[in-house]
Formats: sequence, C-alpha cells, structure tokens
Amino acid sequence: MTKIESYGNKPTRDGFGLGLVELGEKDERIVVIGADVSGSVKTSYFRDKFPERFISVGVAEQNATTVAVGLALSGKVPFFSSYSAFAAFRNADQIRVSICYNEANVKIGGGHSGLTVGPDGATHQSLEEVAFLRTLPNMTLICPADFEQAKKATVAMGEMVGPAYLRFGRPSVPMFTKPEDDFVIGKADILRTGNDISIVANGIMVWESLIAAEALKEKHNINAEVINCHTIKPIDVNALVNSAKKCGAMVTAEEHQVHGGLSGAVAEVLAKNYPIPMEFVGVKDTFGGSGEPFELTELYGLTWKEIYASSLLAIERKNNGSSSIRKVKDVAVYTEGM
Amino acid sequence: MSLEINFSDKVFENRKRNNSEYEEITLTIRRDIIKSLVLAKSGHSGGPLGITEVISVLFFGGYMKYNPSNPNMPNRDRFVLSAGHMAPVQYSVLARAGFFPTEELKTLRKYNSRLQGHPGLDMHLPGIETSSGSLGQGVSIAVGMAMSDFIIDKNERKVFCITGDGELQEGASWEAAMAAGSHKLSNFCWIVDNNDCQIDGRVKDILSVYPLKEKFESFNFNVIEIDGHDIDQIQAAFDKFNENHKNNDLPTCIIAKTYMGQGVSFMKDQYNWHGNPPNEEQAITALSELK
Ligand SMILES: Cc1ncc(C[n+]2csc(CCOP(=O)(O)OP(=O)(O)O)c2C)c(N)n1
Repeated sequence: MTKIESYGNKPTRDGFGLGLVELGEKDERIVVIGADVSGSVKTSYFRDKFPERFISVGVAEQNATTVAVGLALSGKVPFFSSYSAFAAFRNADQIRVSICYNEANVKIGGGHSGLTVGPDGATHQSLEEVAFLRTLPNMTLICPADFEQAKKATVAMGEMVGPAYLRFGRPSVPMFTKPEDDFVIGKADILRTGNDISIVANGIMVWESLIAAEALKEKHNINAEVINCHTIKPIDVNALVNSAKKCGAMVTAEEHQVHGGLSGAVAEVLAKNYPIPMEFVGVKDTFGGSGEPFELTELYGLTWKEIYASSLLAIERKNNGSSSIRKVKDVAVYTEGM
Repeated sequence: MSLEINFSDKVFENRKRNNSEYEEITLTIRRDIIKSLVLAKSGHSGGPLGITEVISVLFFGGYMKYNPSNPNMPNRDRFVLSAGHMAPVQYSVLARAGFFPTEELKTLRKYNSRLQGHPGLDMHLPGIETSSGSLGQGVSIAVGMAMSDFIIDKNERKVFCITGDGELQEGASWEAAMAAGSHKLSNFCWIVDNNDCQIDGRVKDILSVYPLKEKFESFNFNVIEIDGHDIDQIQAAFDKFNENHKNNDLPTCIIAKTYMGQGVSFMKDQYNWHGNPPNEEQAITALSELK
C-alpha cells in the first residue's frame, strides 16, 4: 500500500473561498451574504470578484439566514458564511424552520470550527454543531479533510439542490487529497485498506488517522483501514458496514464533542446493522479555552496518539470476544515510551 | 529589536477626580493593552484603545460601586462588556482597580489563563460578571441584571454595559433595548462605543445602524451623545445617568463617539486594527507614543 503523503499546508477556509469563486464563474444564481467576517471566512474572494452578487447584512446571523431563505425562494443560490459558533447556533431556529422545513436551497459555510480557532477561546470554539445539524431533516452536512476537498465540497454543495452546511476551520493544515481525486457528497473515501481496525474520521482528524495507522502498522503490525467520512449526512452506510464486517472494531475521530457528532452518526449505523466494539476520539464533554490551535489539540486529546491508543483498546475488546465489557485504560498505557 | 514587557503594580482608587488626573490612568491602561496584546500575539487592539477614557472614568471616577477585595459584594454595581472581544481593556482596568495582580496581564489568551480571549466566567477572574463574546448577548444579560435589581429586589444597584456599534446590527441588541425601555429600567446605563468601525469596514458601509440617537430615543431611552475621549463630557454623562436613576426616569444610553485605536497614531480610525495585535516593532512605536 502506498503511504499517503502531504504536499504542503493550507487552510480549509481558503478552499471554501476559492470554491465559491469557481461556482460564481459557472453559475450566475450564486449570491453570497456577508456578516462582517468576510476576510476571516474568505467570502472576501467572491466579494472582490463579484461585488454585485455580494450582499452585506452586518453582524446579524439570524437575519442573514432568513434573508438567504428569501433569496433562495426567489431562485437564487445563496451562501451565507460566518463562524460555526454563530452560523449554526445563533440562527438555529432559522435553520430548522426556514431553511430545512422549507427545504430552501440555502448553503451555509461554517468557518473557524472547533478548537483550532485557538486563542479566541471557548465562546468561538464550536464543538457541538454537528450534533444539531445532522438531526435536521433535509440537511446535508459536510466536513472536508483538507484544502482541496473543501474546495470541491463547496462546488458540489452549490451544484446540489437543497439545504447544506460545510464545516471548515481556520489554521493551515496538511494537504493530501489530490486535485484529481473524486469528491461525491455522501460517499466516504477509503484512504487506506486494512482488516484489523477501522478508523473513521473527518476534518483535521483524517490526517491524524493516517499517522495513527502508520504507527499501528510499524509498532504492532496492525492493518488499519482509514475512512474519510467527509459527509456526515447523508452518511455512507455501505462503506461503514462493510468496513465494520471486515475489521470487527472501529474508532471514530473528530474535532467535535464525542457526543452526538460523527461518533453518534456512525454508532447509529453500526448499532442497527452490525454492532462491534467502538471507541470515540473527540472533545470529552467540556468547553474549550484559549491557547494555540495545535497546543489545544494536544491538550484536549485530538491527535494521532488518541486514535492509536483507542485503536488498540478497540482491538483488545474485539479479541476478548465481548463487545459489552469495556475496561477503561488511560491513553498513556498504550503510548508509553512513544 | 527586542522588547521586554513588564507591568508596574500601580493601582488606582475609585473616587471623584478632576480631569487632569486621568492622563496617567489612560496612559497606563493603553500601555497595558499594547503590552498584553504583543505578548498574546493575537487579539483586538482597536476597540479597547478607543473606549479607554470612558471605561477609566467609569471605574476610577467614583461612578460605580465595587470592592476589589470583596468582588462579590452583594450591593455592588455591575459592569458587562457585551463586546467581549474588547476584553484587553476590561482586564487592564480590573487589574488596575486591584481585582487581581497586574502581572497576570502577561497571560492574556494563553492556555489556562484566567484572561481568556473573550471573558469566560468559567475561569473565575474576579470582577468578571458574565462570559461574553457572542455579540448581542451581553447587553441582554445586563438588562436581566437590571431587572433583577429594579423590578424584583427594588434596590439601588446599577448596571453598566458597553456594546460596540457593529454589535447593534444584531437583532438581539434591539430586543434588549425594547425590554429596557419598556420596563423603564432607570438603573441601566448602556454605553455604545460609536467608532463607526467593524471588521469588514465602516459601520455605515457594512450595514448602517444610524441614526442612533433617534433610534434609542424611540426605544424609550434618555440619550446622551458625547465625545468619548473628552473626560469632562464623559463625567457629565455619568452624572446625568445618576440623576436619571435618582429621579426614576428612563434608562440611559450614552453614545460615545470614539476613534478606534485612539492614542496610537498608526492605528487611529483604522478598521483593520479591529482584530489584530501589534507586532514587536509596532508595539515599540506605540509605547513610545504612549508616554
Ligand atoms: C454573534 C457574533 N457574530 C460575529 C462575531 C464576530 N465579531 C467579533 S467583533 C465583530 C465586529 C463588531 O464590531 P463592533 O461592535 O463595532 O466592535 P469594534 O469593531 O468597534 O471593536 C464581529 C463580527 C461575534 N463575536 N459574535
């Protein structure tokens, strides 16, 4: 198997911004709504290129959301973008009733997601929105793994019909998906095949999963399958169930609370179709705090190390032959001396 | 070029003062803002520098009742920084009032610091009354505090709140205004930092909130427009609020016309200084101007 290499670093928000420009060139119906953070979420690229199709509504996320619905009901394809902290929660009612119940063709770009927004602290670190958004009927929810995928996902969102939310981040992160790779909404990417443990991740945790898989191979000769589950809704049931059958144990990894996010979505699929031991890597029911982005991912347990340790734990449970008994061990037990 | 950052342990009393006494106070606070931000390497410079005079008069001019050695004193007045991103100025003022050691200003925005990027009640920093940072929420919390004092407990406590002007674009701000005006919360003083700057540009260009005076008047506020860098006018505005409070009149709205980045020539009135810290070189220049 060829090892997946990174070929540089770029933020996923740049992918979103450039994807919008690409869409704008192809489709005149694309309209972007600004809420005073255009530079941060990179809708500024579209604003500078198509000023006549950029509408600023100020710091007013609730209004931005429902104004977008009005535009959609008038035949436009509106994108509204702000930080996920305000683009999914401040306007939660508007998303539920006016976008999803109307099945309005509104797209939301949720930027600065997760802990990696860094020193701004807990108020700006959205770690819960996946749990909310994925329960909404008619919603499509995507969390791309790198710059290139963010760009493709943005274009794909603009080309589909119906409500959709893209969750992306602020810092520069490794690029490893290629421009020529396919991106299909709802189809998970199997980045590495294996039959000992299945690792299902999205966002920045996909790269960490690939590192964990290499380490598992090197230290324990464990073959990990790594799945980039970029679309959380609709989730790729087939890919998950097939991998579960093949590996018999699974770990999910995401830059989100362990409750209700990708973890929950995957667990729902397996509980119903093929229950196996599962472990979850994510933020453990706590708010974030100020700090440098990758200092925080270390401190809150969002690195390859937790994925590695959780994989060993899940395999141990599989080998003990009982999925119901789970002996909790500290991550440190598994990563001693690493 | 290297810059060594130290914070003096100077604290200021909260008492009636004359105009000239504020020079030292505002210089100290502006220096704190620059120093803590250059160490943090991220954060908001412009808003904090612009509101320095107003917040200095509020905290050190005898207008607010508080006790740094007993931060939870039951009869204290309360202050809410609804524009939570302006935290560096609040942290400086609280430290200079004696709520916590000024040395702690060095920890702004660092992991585990009590000085979070936006005020966090979870860190238990003395003097912080609520978390804030999601615009439009702090002012509504402040109205709730004022209701508790004015409607339920019927006591003498006052509530002060600072919002930005971009922040007024949030619908929640006007729901708060409607509630305060409708309930005639005379113990409530709302200060609008009217620098006409927000992240993407000028407030009047991004989404105009004007005319402000007429808007707040129609929401049942006593409105006072002032130059937010003029100590005499700031004092007169807080005196007027006290009078309104005593007479059980309407809530007060002070529209403070300010310049973003006031005090540092290259930041003054520049909206691109909304959310950036100075680098070392810029901090050296800024500190040399703040003498
Ligand atoms: C609900 C919400 N939306 C967006 C933001 C991001 N944000 C932080 S400050 C700011 C601009 C606020 O402008 P203003 O109130 O005028 O403050 P100033 O620029 O004068 O500091 C924005 C959009 C936020 N903190 N909260």
